[in-house]
Amino acid sequence: MKRDIILSGVGGQGILSIATVIGEAALKEGLNIKQAEVHGMSQRGGDVQSNLRISSAPICSDLIPQGAADIIISLEPMEALRYVPFLSREGWIIANTTPFVNIDNYPEAESVYAELRKHDNVILIDVDAIAKEIASPRAANIVLLGAAAPFLELGAEKFEEGIRSIFARKGEQIVEMNLKAFRAGYEYAQKHRR
Amino acid sequence: MMKKELLLGDEALAWGAVNAGLSGVFAYPGTPSTEITEFIQMHPVARERGIHCRWSANEKTAMEAALGMSFVGKRALVCMKHVGMNVCADAFVNSAMTGANGGLVVVAADDPSMHSSQNEQDSRFYGKFAMIPTFEPSSQQETYEMIGAAFDFSEKHQIPVLMRITTRMAHSRAVVEVGEPRPQNELKYPEKPRQWILMPGNSRVRYKTLIEENKLFEQEAERSPFNRYCDGPDKSMGIIACGIAYNYIMENFPEGCPFPVLKLSQYPLPTALVRRMASECGSLLIAEEGQPVIEEMIRGVLDTPLPIKGRLSGELPRTGELTPDNVRGALGLPAREVAPASQIAQPRPPALCMGCGHRDMYTALNEVLHEHYKTAKVFSDIGCYTLGSLAPFHAIDTCVEMGASITMAKGAADGGQFPSVAVIGDSTFTHSGMTGLLDAVNEGSNITVVISDNLTTGMTGGQDSAGTGRLEQICAGLGVDPAHIRVVVPLPKNMEEIRRTIREEIEHKGVSVIIPRRECIQTAKRHNAKK
Ligand SMILES: Cc1ncc(C[n+]2csc(CCOP(=O)(O)OP(=O)(O)O)c2C)c(N)n1
Repeated sequence: MKRDIILSGVGGQGILSIATVIGEAALKEGLNIKQAEVHGMSQRGGDVQSNLRISSAPICSDLIPQGAADIIISLEPMEALRYVPFLSREGWIIANTTPFVNIDNYPEAESVYAELRKHDNVILIDVDAIAKEIASPRAANIVLLGAAAPFLELGAEKFEEGIRSIFARKGEQIVEMNLKAFRAGYEYAQKHRR
Repeated sequence: MMKKELLLGDEALAWGAVNAGLSGVFAYPGTPSTEITEFIQMHPVARERGIHCRWSANEKTAMEAALGMSFVGKRALVCMKHVGMNVCADAFVNSAMTGANGGLVVVAADDPSMHSSQNEQDSRFYGKFAMIPTFEPSSQQETYEMIGAAFDFSEKHQIPVLMRITTRMAHSRAVVEVGEPRPQNELKYPEKPRQWILMPGNSRVRYKTLIEENKLFEQEAERSPFNRYCDGPDKSMGIIACGIAYNYIMENFPEGCPFPVLKLSQYPLPTALVRRMASECGSLLIAEEGQPVIEEMIRGVLDTPLPIKGRLSGELPRTGELTPDNVRGALGLPAREVAPASQIAQPRPPALCMGCGHRDMYTALNEVLHEHYKTAKVFSDIGCYTLGSLAPFHAIDTCVEMGASITMAKGAADGGQFPSVAVIGDSTFTHSGMTGLLDAVNEGSNITVVISDNLTTGMTGGQDSAGTGRLEQICAGLGVDPAHIRVVVPLPKNMEEIRRTIREEIEHKGVSVIIPRRECIQTAKRHNAKK
């Protein structure tokens, strides 16, 4: 088993909490993990990404080679595009559709979607809308995790366990909210995968 | 009992140090080293054992305090980003002369590719320069084990040890098996007290011993478990892979590397192992993260009998991090087939947060300078406020190294510049700005210093700032006329007053200090959440 995952977004959106849940699930499975994070300068409204590698075999590099990622999980559509050279030919892109516009030359959203759809395996999902509807806007990243989960070869129940143990100290209500968010994303992906 | 944890390289290092019987960590924040000290600050064992873990004012004070702790026989750790080595260099280089008593390990976190740094300097250079043995781990697990070994080495040989890590290891998580803590050392004084007094008579004797002992350190490196010679069938090339460069080589050979590989993680350079490889292989590839330190040593200036490939010869990139992709050519492998980069994805540079006080400070400063002082120059410094160089502010002319704003403004004023403005953050001011301000006061230099005080060390994530609550007193103590130490609150509603204050202080002939003070909105959010 091997999954090379690129997580991307804009500083402050919360890609690291997605990584934390996947990491927790993989740790429980006894898998090897490497997860390169971005700290420092790039966090202030700039682009951020994290390379997350899980595997049953030992992992050498902290960085994912180009053309090798099994999946790009992005909280922002243009930030998904930025990493396509890392995606393998059979790889999946799971991206939020809500643009985060904090630069003057942000491209037309439609052209961003069009370029993403050129790839064979793409799921575009409005996680902000879904999160607001069923849980809370704060759970948008967990909705996205749910949408990515069917492609991570770990079993939904493993992620649910991960969510339980990570959010446990914030109380049962927060746990339930995140589980709801996770399931909504999961169902959306199952319905929309081609 | 061993347990498995998912840890950053920084955290594995911190935990390893705590378990190695650490008595104190001394550090000034700096990416990518900050999380080492933060982890110890949060660690329950550290609290139980009363391990020192408060931030120091700068890297030099940190290094010296750790040397003091080592003098009394305890284990001490110093952590900094690579450029911190420049700040503590005097203490570091001379600590090779005093030697260590309790184990003393200095961690320098290098930042190749300059993800959040001014330059790409390679700290292994300092190890060689000071003749201090240097360790360079290749993985998080090795980091955990190596820090304990480094403390043991330091005590066995009575010498400080430098541990060099880089961004990718420091800021990458992996599963690490951690063990149990050993007790701290008891108080115990140096057995050779004379070498702690570096007067010429003592130093001349000690320097010869240090040179002799380096031969011993090299023998240790020859048989170190962290340096491994793995033979391979294809002798057309031998690979020397330092630190994490080893991982990028191995990533490309999932079935095992066909070439002999010398994994190098402990220096001084084990020359016997290098000679063995040179005698058995047709060429050498030297893969190292950072600068071509080892490549230069092996290459020298005269022709070598066998070809040497690396960053100097062009087989590997001269600058920036190594990656699993950019080492492929040097390994004789074709580039991977990849989807072309998107043409419409635009760069997204970082920016000052919305609502940040630095924004209001720059807005006011820009308005005053554009309206009244077209010839003004603004010497700035390092911190969040450096982002004032980007759109929409374009407010600063320089950013060099911690503290340079005040002294450069002074030098420019000495050269006839008016207005000469310095913009510095509160933490940077207490790190290295105070002594420069004293120079300016002593000469009555005509400069205007803005200490943009957000009550924290913002850039690195909001650590305590050494002078919080006392900046006016510090400036007055250094001799700035209290009438020209002006505090304002950087908010849009106060714009009129801030502009007037800036104008008045630029017109004052002499040193003035303006302190725009409002809490960092990131730390304010955290404080509110806690309430
Ligand atoms: C010698 C050295 N040490 C540490 C750093 C890392 N560093 C850069 S800016 C900064 C903090 C600046 O804090 P402050 O001056 O209060 O400004 P703020 O970021 O809060 O605006 C630090 C620790 C560095 N660049 N150089």
